Amino acid sequence: MKIAVLSGKGGTGKTLVSVNLAAAANEVVYIDCDIEEPNGHLFFKPEKIQSEKISIKIPYVDEKLCNGCRKCVDFCKFNALAYIGTKFLVFEEVCHSCGGCVLLCPEKALFERDKVIGEIQKGVSENVTVISGIMNTGEASGIPIIKKLLNDVNKDENHTFIDCPPGSACIVMESIKDVDYCILVAEPTIFGTHNLKMVNDLVKIFNKPYGVVLNKCLEGENPSEKFCIDNGIQILGKIPFDNELGTINSNALISVRESEKYKDLFCILLQTVMKEVQRETVINS
Amino acid sequence: MKLAIPVEDKTMESSVCISFGRTPYFLIYDTDTKESFFLVNSAASSQGGAGIKAAQTVVDTKVEALLTPRCGENAAVVIKAANIKIYKTIKDSIESSINTFIEGKLSLLDEIHPGFHGHGGK
Ligand code: SF4
Ligand code: SF4
Repeated sequence: MKIAVLSGKGGTGKTLVSVNLAAAANEVVYIDCDIEEPNGHLFFKPEKIQSEKISIKIPYVDEKLCNGCRKCVDFCKFNALAYIGTKFLVFEEVCHSCGGCVLLCPEKALFERDKVIGEIQKGVSENVTVISGIMNTGEASGIPIIKKLLNDVNKDENHTFIDCPPGSACIVMESIKDVDYCILVAEPTIFGTHNLKMVNDLVKIFNKPYGVVLNKCLEGENPSEKFCIDNGIQILGKIPFDNELGTINSNALISVRESEKYKDLFCILLQTVMKEVQRETVINS
Repeated sequence: MKLAIPVEDKTMESSVCISFGRTPYFLIYDTDTKESFFLVNSAASSQGGAGIKAAQTVVDTKVEALLTPRCGENAAVVIKAANIKIYKTIKDSIESSINTFIEGKLSLLDEIHPGFHGHGGK
C-alpha cells in the first residue's frame, strides 16, 4: 500500500505528518521525494546508510566526425543543441535525455555519457526504512530521481509513506502516479486553503482517493476545514498548534517517539488513514 | 553593421519585444545600407529552450550585434559563442533603439537573467 503526503507549499507540516505516520506504524518504508530539500532524514537519523548515484544520459559530440549538418539541432524538440560556426553546444540542463539525436546523427558523431544529477540514500531508523532522494543543485529536473525512488519500492511489500515535493508541478504528479491514497496537509489560513485547493485539483485529476489532515489547528475559524466540509472532503484528523509539538519538531525529533500524547494522536490518525485506504481499495477492486 | 532586434510585428512602427526567446519576429537591419527584413522566430512556440533556438536563428543571419531588452543565460551563451555583442535597449521604439545604438549610447547587456527552465516550477 502506498500513501502519498502532499501540500501546496513547503512548511505546512507535510514532513511532520509523513514522518510521524511512518514512525507510528509497524514495518514501513518512508520515502522522501522532496528531492530539492529532503529533510525527513534529519528526523529519522537513519543508520547503515547505502547510497547510489543517479545519472542521466547526455549527448556529446566527436568533432572529428561531425560535419555540421545540424540535423540534430533541428530535431531536438527541447532545443538543447546549437551549432555555432564550428562549435557544437549541448545545453545539459535543457536536454531531456531522450537519446533521439544520438540515433539520428547520420555521421554517428554523437555519443552519450553519464551525468550524475543526484543520489538516493537508504538507511534504517528503528521500524522505518528511510529512503531519500537528493538532487544536486542547479539541475532542472528531478524526475529521473523520483522514478528511481518509486521504482524500487514498487517491488516492496511493506506499506510506504511518500513525502512528496511541495506544490503541484509535474514532479509531484510523478510522485503520486502509482500511489493508492493521498493525504493532503493544510494550514488553517486563507492562504493555506488556496494551497489546499491547488493540490485538491491535482489529486482529482489523478482520480486518487484522498483525505485532508488539518495542521496547526487553533480555536476558532479554520477556512481549510470549511473548504473540506463545503466540498465533502474527508477530514482525517487535526493536529493542534502547540508549543510542545513545535519544540519537538524544531529539535528534529519525532513526536511519536518522544511523547505518549502524540503517539496516541498519530496512531489514531494512522488507523483512520488505513481504514480509508482499505475502504477505497475494496471499492476500486 | 548588421543588427538583430526582437520585435512585436513585421513593421518598423511596431515595438521592441520584451522577450528574446518568445518574440514573434526579429528585425534584421543593416546600419550601412539601411536594408531591413523581418524574420519569423520559429522558437516562439517551442516547448522549451526557446532562447537557444531563437539565438541559433539570430546567429544564422550573421548579424554582428543583438539589440534586446533582455536575454536568457542559455541564449547568451549561444550569441556569445558566435562573437555577437548584446546591447540593452532602453525604449520600446524600434527606430529610437537603432538611432541610440548608432550614436553609441546603448550599453552592453551584462545582467543576463537565468532562464525559467524546469518543469512548471513550484
Ligand atoms: S547530426 Fe551529427 S553530423 Fe549533423 S550536426 Fe549533429 S552531430 Fe554533427
Ligand atoms: S538527447 Fe534528446 S533532448 Fe537531449 S539533446 Fe538529444 S535530442 Fe535533445
